[in-house]
Amino acid sequence: MNIVVCIKQVPDTETKIQINSDGSGIVTEGIKYVVNPYDEYALEEGVRLKEKFGGEVTVISLGPERAKEAIRNCLAVGADKGIHLNDPSFEGSDSYVTAKILAKAISEIPFDIILTGKQGVDFDNSQVFAYLANFLNLPFVSVVMDLELSSDLKSVTAKREGEGGEKEMIQIPLPAIIAAQKDLNQPRYASLPGIMKAKKKEIKNLTLSDLDFSADEVGEKGSRVKVKNYSLPPERKAGQIIQGEDPTEVCEILVKLLREEAKII
Amino acid sequence: MDFKLTEDQRMIKEEAKKFAQKRLAPLAQEFDEKEEIPKEIYKELSELGYMGMMLPEKYGGSNLDFISYILVMEEFAKACAALEISLSVHNSLVCDAIFQFGTEKQKEKYLPKLAKGEWIGAYSLTEPSAGTDAGSLKTTALLNKDYYLINGTKSFVTNGGIADLFVFFALTNPEAKSKGISCLLVEKNVESLNIGAKEKKMGIRGSDTRELSFEDCKIPKENLLGEQNHGLRIALTLLDSGRIGVGAQSVGIAQAALDEALEYSKQRVQFGQPICNFQAIQFKLADMATQIDAARLLVYRAAHLKSKNIRCSVEASMAKVFASEVANMVVNEAVQIHGGYGYMKEYAVERYFRDARVTEIYEGTSEAQRIVISKGLLK
Ligand SMILES: Cc1cc2nc3c(=O)[nH]c(=O)nc-3n(C[C@H](O)[C@H](O)[C@H](O)COP(=O)(O)OP(=O)(O)OC[C@H]3O[C@@H](n4cnc5c(N)ncnc54)[C@H](O)[C@@H]3O)c2cc1C
Repeated sequence: MNIVVCIKQVPDTETKIQINSDGSGIVTEGIKYVVNPYDEYALEEGVRLKEKFGGEVTVISLGPERAKEAIRNCLAVGADKGIHLNDPSFEGSDSYVTAKILAKAISEIPFDIILTGKQGVDFDNSQVFAYLANFLNLPFVSVVMDLELSSDLKSVTAKREGEGGEKEMIQIPLPAIIAAQKDLNQPRYASLPGIMKAKKKEIKNLTLSDLDFSADEVGEKGSRVKVKNYSLPPERKAGQIIQGEDPTEVCEILVKLLREEAKII
Repeated sequence: MDFKLTEDQRMIKEEAKKFAQKRLAPLAQEFDEKEEIPKEIYKELSELGYMGMMLPEKYGGSNLDFISYILVMEEFAKACAALEISLSVHNSLVCDAIFQFGTEKQKEKYLPKLAKGEWIGAYSLTEPSAGTDAGSLKTTALLNKDYYLINGTKSFVTNGGIADLFVFFALTNPEAKSKGISCLLVEKNVESLNIGAKEKKMGIRGSDTRELSFEDCKIPKENLLGEQNHGLRIALTLLDSGRIGVGAQSVGIAQAALDEALEYSKQRVQFGQPICNFQAIQFKLADMATQIDAARLLVYRAAHLKSKNIRCSVEASMAKVFASEVANMVVNEAVQIHGGYGYMKEYAVERYFRDARVTEIYEGTSEAQRIVISKGLLK
């Protein structure tokens, strides 16, 4: 079976994000980049499918040169090949354009299932998999916590988490797109031999011209979302502790505050 | 001059760090309290290739260069110094001993088992009356047709209770003294090998340290490692990598202590401000960081020479003595920055303080390292 896993390189979740002086972006200096944590679940699922049913896992990522490192990390964990969509003109692509470029690259290789994370932990848009399904005309299930392939490998049953936390079981035919939630599996650590072998695996570099796009279809120019300005969320004020011996009295103060200050009841 | 790691080395360091911080660090206190590292941990380490780090693929190893190995050791020591020393002995004193000095038959027999973690290795040189003066061993291994007859007592054997194989040193020619020492491979299950009770230790308590005693114990002749009566050379050759390993352990412990102290100094408020605002604390932090960096560079320099197969006994000793003394200075200051809380077991610096102490003792005391260094100068 041909398994494609879409991954993104994002700042480590422990990064203290700072905005640059003109508000046009974040300060990238000193940031440690990692594979988007949700994509790690997608990759793990892909590698498990390969181990169970045979086949090949191809990791695909759109990003600057440094994203190669993220692809290499995935190769160390068990993916077989990498594709790096790497062109300066891709920079600044929104979810729509990103999915468009990914779709083009994926449509040129064989695939039975496409796995992604449910969202990137950088912009948290949670859109690429849906656009991708649209461009490739495929069914998709998002926020998947459990995945089961039918024995004839023609369909999958996915358990997903709905908006209100309710669980849904959805069956769709393959090929399809699955966007992973964190409970899907327990991602493995890369083994040392895995890391040593990763450098011998192929990472194909694809540029604007390889994919037959023109520069104004991609990057900021092709994007529908324009980011005007970045700012940090306001710092949260410290909580207030209501002192008092008598619970009734304390509750009365609380209700008054909720009503008059917080204005939520 | 280029201070950059290769891409492989960087990836290995990052992955070792990830495993160490996520998997080992949360358990380190428990290992310390229970004086034990559970078998499952070794099983996981085996699956990830940490039990045969520098062995070639042919024997099931991970084929790391020595620098990568040292980077792993530093990261593991940051999380759990007890596990680090156990792995260090297994990889650099046992696997490497057999790989460097073993016959092809011995390599095929032992290395795959060790690399897969089915077997754990230990290294046994020290005796109750022969420590720094390793040439004065009393344990004998006398050749009797097709076996060696072993009598004597060995002390402070790291991995003693969990090991399946001992790289073991004894006198095969007692008259020749230090020129009559040989190295033998002793399997755990031989008759008349008595493995003593677990030693109760100040630090690295998760590591299993034991005494071994042999009473007319027979070891097949083919278990001789290297040439007969050339054992001391093997012991000393191995100690070079062992010492760089302890250097890396020292740097790891020190870095962990600095990280904790730095964080704590930002949280702890006295006189209405975080204590990191006080210059007395800032200067401590600055000295700790500078010393650690210097130690790390000495360790990497020695590791670099070792990886290029350049003789580096003096450089290894410099790295070991400097890094271990830095580690003890740093853990001491880290406790100081924590005040009374640093004296309590709830805070990791309490463990680092105890764990660091042994780095100035094993694989040659600080005094022994200075002897090696000054011999190099006066030669
Ligand atoms: C936790 C732990 C684990 C260990 N694991 C192992 C192991 O796996 N395998 C193994 O073989 N050994 C192991 N050892 C033993 C360790 O290597 C020895 O303890 C060490 O070499 C020192 O020997 P000693 O304890 O006999 O001290 P001694 O040699 O008795 O030293 C006592 C003091 O005298 C000093 N001294 C001795 N000779 C001189 C001299 N000529 N000049 C100046 N000063 C001198 C020493 O530096 C030291 O300060 C371990 C020890 C510990 C504590």
